[in-house]
Amino acid sequence: MFVTSAFAEESAPAAEGTAGAGAETHAGTAVPGEAHGTFPPFDPATFPSQLLWLAITFGLFYLFLKRVVMPRLGGIIDVRNDRITQDLDHAAKLKGEADAAVAAYEQELAAAKTKANAIGQQANDAAKAEAETARKKVEAALDKKLGEAEASIASIKASAMKEVGSIAEDTASAIVEALVGGKASKAEIAAAVKSVAR
Amino acid sequence: MAADKVDPIHQFHIVKLIPINIGGYDLSFTNSALFMVATVAVASAFLYLTTSSRSLVPGRLQSVSEMAYEFVSNMLRDAAGTQGLKFFPFVFSLFMFVLVANLLGLFPYFFTVTSHIIVTFGLAALVIGTVVVYGFMKHGLGFLKLFVPHGVPVFLLPLVVLIEVISFVSRPVSLSVRLFANMLAGHITLKVFSGFVVSLSALGAVGVAGSVLPLAMAVALTALELLVAFLQAYVFAVLTCMYLNDALHPGH
Repeated sequence: MFVTSAFAEESAPAAEGTAGAGAETHAGTAVPGEAHGTFPPFDPATFPSQLLWLAITFGLFYLFLKRVVMPRLGGIIDVRNDRITQDLDHAAKLKGEADAAVAAYEQELAAAKTKANAIGQQANDAAKAEAETARKKVEAALDKKLGEAEASIASIKASAMKEVGSIAEDTASAIVEALVGGKASKAEIAAAVKSVAR
Repeated sequence: MAADKVDPIHQFHIVKLIPINIGGYDLSFTNSALFMVATVAVASAFLYLTTSSRSLVPGRLQSVSEMAYEFVSNMLRDAAGTQGLKFFPFVFSLFMFVLVANLLGLFPYFFTVTSHIIVTFGLAALVIGTVVVYGFMKHGLGFLKLFVPHGVPVFLLPLVVLIEVISFVSRPVSLSVRLFANMLAGHITLKVFSGFVVSLSALGAVGVAGSVLPLAMAVALTALELLVAFLQAYVFAVLTCMYLNDALHPGH
């Protein structure tokens, strides 16, 4: 520490002018006339040098931060934010696609179900129709057989009825013979039977 | 020698390293200038090197740089709005400079740049100078509305304007004295307690045992000073943001 006596003399009033609080400290620690007694932060001899070097260092620091560091830091943060936004957009797009796929799948499933129902219905109908025709065929065949059977029954009945007359005549002639003992002519008997049969 | 060691003021002495004298002014490169250079070098190197990889996913150190950047950015935006961002490089430089200067000062045998009133006053004058110059450039004489609050009765106006002017003028003083006094007081206290440890230990076994107390105190104070170093840088930056807000929007 080399503080000339001239600087030391200047220091006392200047320091008191700087700040009231500082002047108190100064008064407490400083011994007038002794170079080492000046409280160093209030020693005006050091002011020009400190201000100059502060201006140089802080000025360079400011320029360096403004030109180099801050664009870089801002760039890093911007790029990250952009990337996050981009990723979120991408995720939203993918989600939309997935939703669309699910919707399409459900639509297709519904269509397939409808189609399956239609096919089932169709098969059911076809089977029913087939069964119906088969039944009708069988019924027709049965009707035919029934008709035939009735016709044959009728013919049999007719022939039987025809025979009934001759049997009755025979029986009547036999009865007449047995009762009367004579023989009735065939024509009389036939006429008699016919009148009775009527 | 013993008295020199315990002298708590000794750490603030300015020592000329390279004497320079121009036009009668002593512009020597001193230990103070050395630590300004160190502050700038450390802060620049940290910010530059930690961001050199430009990682999308930051490492720890890059995160620290980004946190400082976004911290100051949010602080400025909250106080002065989006328009204030044109002062972002200035406020960020101030914050980093004060913070690193304060933190470097915590190392033993290191000089604390911000413990000298002229340095903090220089920074505060720079802030207020920016506010005044920008305020008049942007608003012309409208900047003077800063001193005339709305809705004050006319008969009170002279008094209020006087108070506003005084409060404005005292800003650089309070801004610089706050930082300077905090650093100065903290370092003196640390030195005093550390000095107790040394002088008590010289008394023998009992002294060594007794020195545990001031030692614990010195450790606790170091932690406190770490907090103060950060807090004062923060306060300095926040107040700068608020003053810049006045330059941007002088009409309250």
